[in-house]
Amino acid sequence: MKKKAKFDFWVIASLVVLGLYLLFMVYPLLKIVRQSVLDDKTGALTLKHFIKFFSQPYYFRTLTNSFKVAICTCAISLALGVPLAYLYNMYQIRGRKTLQMLIILSSMSAPFIGAYAWVNLLGRAGAITKMFKTAFGITIPNIYGFNGILLVLSLKLFPLVFMYVSGAMKNIDKSLLEASANMGVSGTKRFFRIVIPLCMPSILAAALMVFMRAIADFGTPLMIGEGYTTFPVIIYNEYVGEVGTNHNFAAAIAVIAILITLVFFLVQRYLTKKNSFSMSAMNHVERKKAKPLGSFFIHLYSYGLVALALLPQLYLVYLSFRKTNPSGEVFQSGFSMQSYQHVFNRMGNTIWNTIRICGMALILIIILAILISYLTVRRRNVLNATIDTLSMVPYVIPGAVVGISMILAFNNRYLPLVGTAAIMVIAMCVRRIPYTIRSSVAILSQIPMSIDEAAESLGASKFKTLVKVTIPMMFNGLFAGAIMSWVTLITELSSSMLLYSFKTQTLNVAVYKAVANATDGRACALATVVSLFTVLSLVLFNKVSKDGEIMM
Amino acid sequence: MDVKITINNAVKKYGDFTAIPDLSLEIQPGEFFTLLGPSGCGKTTLLRMIAGFNSIEGGTFYFGDRLINDLDPSKRNIGMVFQNYAIFPHLTVRKNVAFGLKNKKLPKEEIKAKTEEFMALMKISEYADRLPEKLSGGQQQRVALARALAIEPEVLLMDEPLSNLDAKLRVEMRTVIKEIQNRLGITTVYVTHDQEEAMAVSDRIAVMNLGVIQQIGSPKTLYQRPANQFVATFIGRTNLMEAQIKVEGKEKSIVFDNGYTVKMKNLTDVTDGQKVVVSVRPEELVINSKSETGSLVGKVLYSTFLGLNTHYVVELSNGTRAEIIQESLIDDIIENGTEVYLTVKAEKINVFTDDGEKSLVR
Repeated sequence: MKKKAKFDFWVIASLVVLGLYLLFMVYPLLKIVRQSVLDDKTGALTLKHFIKFFSQPYYFRTLTNSFKVAICTCAISLALGVPLAYLYNMYQIRGRKTLQMLIILSSMSAPFIGAYAWVNLLGRAGAITKMFKTAFGITIPNIYGFNGILLVLSLKLFPLVFMYVSGAMKNIDKSLLEASANMGVSGTKRFFRIVIPLCMPSILAAALMVFMRAIADFGTPLMIGEGYTTFPVIIYNEYVGEVGTNHNFAAAIAVIAILITLVFFLVQRYLTKKNSFSMSAMNHVERKKAKPLGSFFIHLYSYGLVALALLPQLYLVYLSFRKTNPSGEVFQSGFSMQSYQHVFNRMGNTIWNTIRICGMALILIIILAILISYLTVRRRNVLNATIDTLSMVPYVIPGAVVGISMILAFNNRYLPLVGTAAIMVIAMCVRRIPYTIRSSVAILSQIPMSIDEAAESLGASKFKTLVKVTIPMMFNGLFAGAIMSWVTLITELSSSMLLYSFKTQTLNVAVYKAVANATDGRACALATVVSLFTVLSLVLFNKVSKDGEIMM
Repeated sequence: MDVKITINNAVKKYGDFTAIPDLSLEIQPGEFFTLLGPSGCGKTTLLRMIAGFNSIEGGTFYFGDRLINDLDPSKRNIGMVFQNYAIFPHLTVRKNVAFGLKNKKLPKEEIKAKTEEFMALMKISEYADRLPEKLSGGQQQRVALARALAIEPEVLLMDEPLSNLDAKLRVEMRTVIKEIQNRLGITTVYVTHDQEEAMAVSDRIAVMNLGVIQQIGSPKTLYQRPANQFVATFIGRTNLMEAQIKVEGKEKSIVFDNGYTVKMKNLTDVTDGQKVVVSVRPEELVINSKSETGSLVGKVLYSTFLGLNTHYVVELSNGTRAEIIQESLIDDIIENGTEVYLTVKAEKINVFTDDGEKSLVR
């Protein structure tokens, strides 16, 4: 059997998937690497772009800036999210399910929308700033720059930490805590010596995720950074900026960015490997009822944090109903639906684009994720191990880099995809697929191999086994995962920003453009539409998902 | 319908590790054949090679005269029952049973008739429209069996099908399996690590260890005339004792270390003074209250009354322990500490070379 590889369904699937990866990921990335070492004028081989980046403080500083942002965001998100997960799983909290929904909801919008809202609240002309100034004569500290970025990103990303760590805490067996109490370790000591180490694999995974998102985000620094530049901003400016763009230089920065995130990814993998163990609780921890005072603080902390995180979105909803001048630039007193009228009359195709493009991407992602997870879980061989490795590559590629690589690769005669919806779909697939694969691998690992074998022994072909047995059994988990993917897709910005054309503008891009054009009313209305989509998706998710378990 | 399974020089490797070095086997048409051995002995590996789920690194596998080495599992026409049943949880009992029939593209009426027939055979018709998770372990096992049999396979393969059931159900289900197999006369390969279960259902058993077949035989043969020390200890319980061969003219006997001599009529090629291992099953030792003309001497350590039988553990004069099973008597149980004199039933005991590899009795 080993001597002649048989061309069954799964061998063909392996080859197709591998081909897709080579064409749509490896090839574009190689294009970037190639462009990064070419002279922008002569086309000769050169390292001058790299030298330029590292020798000029203006550029090099963006790198340290990005690091500062990512590391501080990581630390704050952990400091906010881990205690929240602990309180949520160990104590009785009123409205648990709602609280969880709200926490998830607060993470589900593009960070730049949060940044935009915070500027409206705490910026120079922000609502809260003005209120404090007139009421108390106090000047609120400056929100622009590093502090603002940190505020926005931490509030946006701590829910990720919460979801990961909460998932791990659910799997802590009651007896472990009882045993530690029995041996004299309880309270805070137990939190640090037992609970935290038990959740370490998830904490590390969450830390990586937060780090990657923070370092790759460019909407927030662009919106609120005011001169505090991070490297995704430079990549973007060098590529599509209005003056003095240099594509080769942008490619060089992209290469540097990939290398750096790759290092972090590998460090995280190494730490995770060292800390890896699996838990499965037979007896779940019973949530304690805290003493009245303690209970008060627990509720204050959890609901307070969520309120703070949701505040920007709510404020935008409020603004979207405010009256504006006819061109939508200045808010006037009183309420009106005019922003929505404008959005629905003039930008209807934006909503349709979002559904069309994200829907296409979603279908492709699910199909590919099923195939890839099946290949890597059930058919381990050299070919599929390669696919497994390739499927993780997008983890370390910032969205803006994916965008640029697509333009470089498909701006030619043979595959002229630039400007089409297809290129946006492909970029979304590449970006989102590792996460979906991760969750479908988790689902598939729960289904015993013998089920597939039973189907085969009963005469079902490999393809039929997949369609009739495996997929139906995965369905619940897959569907829940699909909704989460859907939400991330409609809030995607960084690659779409580079790839959209007049015909394929999506909602989030439209929000960004409206903000950039200072048509605030419309921006708010569009952002609210996105939020509405998100809320509806989450409600649907809660209906389907059995235990409300969320896999990002 | 019944086919003969022939395996010649099968080899299974996992990377550098050889699980099965060289294995040959013939299973007769309609036979209930069991692969028995401790975990890791290669029995499930071999079964999965027959089923087509494991690659074959060497040798040939035949169903009848059809070579199946490279045949896809779905085309081998096998019925397989898995340790965890592997029932499709999203399909009702009826759809589970009909699954294989649908793949055969039979006419609808025939599928329906066969499904009903096999559900009735396995007595699960009343659950036909339930989902499997609503069924007990025993019922799930019946569904798995009905599903495997419904396609009327040439070969039925069962991988430890009873190990997830509780003790009582296990005994009940093995009777069901045996009866159904008898009725349908289908060639069956059964894998288990439970020797009692193997004895109860099998026509023949292959005892395996480290990927090598130690002995193939009927349950009776394996128990009474094990081919080597491994089989003797794996099947049933036994006491191993060191002894020496004495040959005087035509008379051959074994001499235990305290001088107790037993005349043997069935010893094969042995030499005077040869060291041997004697395997004496607990029921092959007889307790005598007073010294006979030569016997093993020991002291009762403790006894266990089990109704039909009483077990004694006796420490022999050389310090080793022996287990004895005696039919319970109406008299008192022998007190701990009592000195007893043990003799063996010469026609029943087994004698092995001192490395335990070869039997020296006929």
